[in-house]
Amino acid sequence: MSSDTLEISGSFRKRLLDSPVYYSFVRNPTAMASAAVLASFILSSALAPWLAPFDPWDQTQFDIMDSEIPPAGSDGADGRFLLGTDAMGRDMLSTILYGTGISIVIGVFATILQAAIGVTVGLAAGYFGGRLDSFLMRIADIQLSFTTLMVAIIILAVFQTTVGPRFHEDFAVMIIILVIGVAEWPQYARTVRACVLGEKKKEYVDAARVIGLGPTRILYRHILPNTFSPLLVISTVQVANAIITEAALSFLGLGMPVTKPSLGALIRNGFEFIFSGAWWITAFPAVVLVVLILSINLLGDWLRDVLNPRLYEK
Amino acid sequence: MNSTPGQESESLVSVRNLYRYFNVSGGWLDQISISKGKMVRKVEMVKALNGINLEIEKGEALCLVGESGCGKTTVGRTVMGLLSPTRGSVHYRESRIDTLDRKGMLPFRRKMQMIFQNHHASLNPRKTVAKTLLEPIRFHQPELSLPEQRDKVASIMESVGVDAGWGARFPHEFSGGQRQRISIARALIVDPEFIVADEPISALDVSIQAQVLNLLMEAREERGLTYLFVTHDLSVVEHFGSRVAVMYLGRVCEVGQVGEVFSEPRHPYTQALLSAIPKVGGEKRRHVKLKGEVPTPIDLPSGCIFHSRCPHAREICSKEAPELVSAGEWTDVACHGVRENWF
Repeated sequence: MSSDTLEISGSFRKRLLDSPVYYSFVRNPTAMASAAVLASFILSSALAPWLAPFDPWDQTQFDIMDSEIPPAGSDGADGRFLLGTDAMGRDMLSTILYGTGISIVIGVFATILQAAIGVTVGLAAGYFGGRLDSFLMRIADIQLSFTTLMVAIIILAVFQTTVGPRFHEDFAVMIIILVIGVAEWPQYARTVRACVLGEKKKEYVDAARVIGLGPTRILYRHILPNTFSPLLVISTVQVANAIITEAALSFLGLGMPVTKPSLGALIRNGFEFIFSGAWWITAFPAVVLVVLILSINLLGDWLRDVLNPRLYEK
Repeated sequence: MNSTPGQESESLVSVRNLYRYFNVSGGWLDQISISKGKMVRKVEMVKALNGINLEIEKGEALCLVGESGCGKTTVGRTVMGLLSPTRGSVHYRESRIDTLDRKGMLPFRRKMQMIFQNHHASLNPRKTVAKTLLEPIRFHQPELSLPEQRDKVASIMESVGVDAGWGARFPHEFSGGQRQRISIARALIVDPEFIVADEPISALDVSIQAQVLNLLMEAREERGLTYLFVTHDLSVVEHFGSRVAVMYLGRVCEVGQVGEVFSEPRHPYTQALLSAIPKVGGEKRRHVKLKGEVPTPIDLPSGCIFHSRCPHAREICSKEAPELVSAGEWTDVACHGVRENWF
C-alpha cells in the first residue's frame, strides 16, 4: 500500500468515452449531423479572415458599381461573387461568413453572462432560502415580466441616441451582449435554484458541513457540479435564443450597424430589395440563420434526452 | 446521573436540557387564517426534542433508540451542529459548542465526525472517491504534502476494506456496503475522537450490516472512539452498545447500561419496546401491547409524555413531567411509577 496505487481522478478521455453522453452521441445521426453543421459554422466563421474572398468591413474593398450582382448560376452572375453582392456591392459570401461569427459570439457570450449572473443568484437563493430567496426570486419575476425584446429595444434606443452612431459602431457587440445577458438571467437563476433545493437536502452536503467547509465552497464545489446537466440543456436553448434576439434587434435596426453586419442585420439589409428581385441578399443569410438555430436546438434536444436521468438511471 | 458508580468518568459530550422545535406553518402569510371573522396568526411547531439530557463518556458507545419520529436523528444532528438547538446546550469536553459560528467550530470539526444513513446520497456523485477523501485532509491539514495526503487516503481506504486502487472511481461504481465503508473512511480520516453514526447500517443488506458493524467496532477499539449510535434496531444495540438511551416523543425515558436495560427494563415504554423483539426459542417475554398511537409532536400530552398510552398511568402522570432519576445500579429512568414503586 503506497501512494502510487492511489489514483485521484481517472483520465478525462476514458471518462468521456465511457459516458452515456458519448455512447448516445455516436448512435444518434441527428445529433452527429447537427454537431457537424454547427462545428462547420463555427470553424468557417472563425477562419473567415482567411476563407472569405473579401473583407466586408473594409470599405475600400467593395465598389458600388458591383451592387446587386446575382449569385452564381443566374443571369448576370459574376465569377468573383459566388453568392452575389448586396446593394453596396459587398460580396455576400464574405459578409455571411463574418456575420455568422458575430452572431455566434453574441449568442455565446450573452449566454455566459446570463449564466454567471443567474447561477450566482440561483445558488444563493436556493441555499440560504428565507427572505433572501423571496427577494431574489421576486426580482427575477419582475425581470421576466419585461420581455427581453422590450428591455433591449428601450436600452439600445436610448444608448444609440445618447452616444451617437460612431461610438455605437465600436461598442455595439458588447452592448448587445450586455443587454441580452442581463435580460435573460432569471432563466438560469430559476433552474439553478430548483436544483439546489433538491441537492441541499442530500447528505453529502451535510457531510461537507460536518467537515467544516464554508457555504461558498459547498455551493460551488459540491452543489453546482450536480446541477450541470440541466444547465447544459438550457444553455443550448439560451444560445439559440440569444442569437435570434440579436437577429430580431438587428432587423429592427437596433443591433449591429450596417458596416459590421450580423446575420440579422444582413436580413434587414436585403429586405427592401426582395420585391425588386434581389432575393439573394435576404435569402442566404436567412437560410444560414435558420440552419444555425436548427442545429443548436436539435443538439439541445438530444442533450436533454440523454441527460434526463429517468431514461437511464433506473 | 448515575452512570458508572465508583469512578469519576470523564464525559466527552454532554447534551443539557436540549429543545428543538421545527416551524411547520410556512411563511407568515400562510400562518394567517380567519376564524370567527377575525384574523388569527397561528404558528405550529413540531416539538422534536423536549428537554434531552445525555452524558456521553469517553470510549463508550451510547446507542439512541426509539421509533420513527421520536427525535433520535435530531439529537445527532444537533450535537454535530447541523441544527441549532431551540433551547439548551451541547458541550464538548466542557466547552459549549452549539453557540459557536462556523470558524469557531473548526477545531471541534476534527474531533467530531458523522456517518450518515443513506449511502446513495452521502457521497458526492460528481467527485471521485479519492477526491471525497482528500477534501477533509486538505481542509484540516493543509500543512501535509501531497504525497503524505495521498498516503493517508490510501491507508484509510485499505483500513476500511476498500482497495486504494479504486480511488479514481465514482460512488455509483461501488456497492452499498462499499459506499458506506467509504463514508466511514471520510469520517475517520481526520482522526476524530467522537462519531455520530446516524443509522449507518439500516439502509444496507442484512448480509452487509454485520460487516459494517464490525468495521465500526474495530475502529472503536483501535482508535479509542466514542460513538453516539442512532438506531432503531434493538439487536444492534445489544451487540454494539455499551449504554443505551431510549427515546419517546423527544424525551429520554430510560438510559443505562445495555445489559441492565435489556435484562430488566423499568420504564413502561422500554418494556413494551423490548417485548417487541422477536425471539427464537427460549422463554417468551410477555408481549406488552400499547393502546393507541403515538401522539402528534405538534400537540404534546401534558405531564409525562407517555401517560396517554401507559398501562400504569395515574393522575400525577398527566400533571407533572417526570425527571430522569437513578433507578437501578446503572440506570436512570424518567417515570413517576418507577420512582414511587407502583408496579
